[in-house]
Amino acid sequence: MTFSTFRNTLFLVLSLSFSFAVFAGEASENPKKEKFDAKEMIMHHVKDAHEFHIIDINGKPVSISLPIILWTDNGLVTFMSSAFHHDDSGHHIVEKNGMKFVKYHENIYQLTDGAHAIEFDADHHPINAKKPWNFSITRNVFMMWVSAIVLILLFVTAARSYNKSEGNVPKGIAGFVEPLVVFVRDEIARPMIGEHKYKKYMPYLLTIFFFIWINNIFGLIPILNGANLSGNIAFTMVLALFTFIITTVSGNANYWKHIFWMPGVPVAMKLFLMPIELIGIFTKPISLMIRLFANITAGHIIILALMSLIFIFETVLIAPVSVAFSLFITVIEIVVTAIQAYIFTILSALYFGMATEEEHH
Amino acid sequence: MDLVTPGFGLVFWTIITFLCLLFILRKFAWKPILGAVEDRENGIKSALASAENARKEMENLKADNERILNEARAEREAMLKDAREIKNKMISDAKDQAQEQANKMIEQAQAAIESEKKSAMLELKKQVAEISIDIAEKVVREELSNKDKQLKLVESMLSDAKLN
Repeated sequence: MTFSTFRNTLFLVLSLSFSFAVFAGEASENPKKEKFDAKEMIMHHVKDAHEFHIIDINGKPVSISLPIILWTDNGLVTFMSSAFHHDDSGHHIVEKNGMKFVKYHENIYQLTDGAHAIEFDADHHPINAKKPWNFSITRNVFMMWVSAIVLILLFVTAARSYNKSEGNVPKGIAGFVEPLVVFVRDEIARPMIGEHKYKKYMPYLLTIFFFIWINNIFGLIPILNGANLSGNIAFTMVLALFTFIITTVSGNANYWKHIFWMPGVPVAMKLFLMPIELIGIFTKPISLMIRLFANITAGHIIILALMSLIFIFETVLIAPVSVAFSLFITVIEIVVTAIQAYIFTILSALYFGMATEEEHH
Repeated sequence: MDLVTPGFGLVFWTIITFLCLLFILRKFAWKPILGAVEDRENGIKSALASAENARKEMENLKADNERILNEARAEREAMLKDAREIKNKMISDAKDQAQEQANKMIEQAQAAIESEKKSAMLELKKQVAEISIDIAEKVVREELSNKDKQLKLVESMLSDAKLN
């Protein structure tokens, strides 16, 4: 053990024990104080929400109100999320077009006629309410659009700058963007798909790479905290679904032959491999979906959990430890943003390459 | 909205947003950027290829020049050699001819000398004979001027004749 690691460990142990002592002392003084629920706070940040909560000032939440769009039995209903007055416990009822809506744990329920408060049974299903189709512009949808606009501005500006320059020399923003585009082409598409077929898949691969990457980065910006789009399973599911559809559609005879009748192995083995390969068609995109979701969500949970230590121990003295560790994790997360975008893209490209590979002997 | 259950609204909006983003970026970003990159790469490739061609051509040209130079040098060498040979031959021919001519002239001269000598000898002999006859005539004339001497001579001649 080097001296510096020893010193760090000593510092950690000392600060931990000291803050425990302070915590014990304060806890006995304030027994009435509401207990901090780390799990609820973390889940609130990691999951989607109907408003853009930025900060609490003197107990009053400062947030951006977002539109709520519902498709009910009586047609489309829209109102702003501020109508709920930051209530997430299902107490505040919003009446619109003669229908009553409540928000409970970021789900919007339509109360049945005559009901005044939402009630749940033992399995946590609502008794006197139902869920309308919810097309609301949640903070994830909002951030998705922001990221899409940023991407469009960035890349269209870059593409335009080529027209202005002589001899296609990348200038300005194109000089920053071009190496990344060329990286996707030369390190992902070309080796995985092959020289002759990669061009067809380039727009898709570039789009998912930059779409995932920018949303991973946006998820790390503290003020946009909670816009955990790439750590949302709905988002990763859609992207994985696109990869699955493209792989399946572009699969050639050789690809299907390798799935249903593996060449070069005995017949018994062919029969044995068929169901495995068949399952593999679906496990590949599912693994894509879970990998991205789990990696990004885990990063957020770790950072939030480290920050929660301050509130769990109810002392600011743990803050240096929390800040140091979450800084460390954040730096790792910055690397992970790119790595996860890269992995998703390279695996998609790999699947496309497998689907379009020609038979060779 | 649960953590591991995909929310319907977000799925809906993600599909729409992603498809729009894919369409817009494909048309206005990826195609121009990739096209520009590809154009440039092709430009660089062709420039490199033409540079390589030029280099090869240059090399060929150089090799040609070298070859032509060598040929010229060889030709010059051959020409010089020929000229030298011709010169030598001419010299030797001239020498031979001169020798022959000289020999002939010498021979002629010798022959002329010989014949001159012969004729001179003949003339000399003739003159010597005439002179001797003249002398003899004079001597005889003198001798025969008195009788004694005439007799003496006849006697000696007769004695000689006897001896023979």
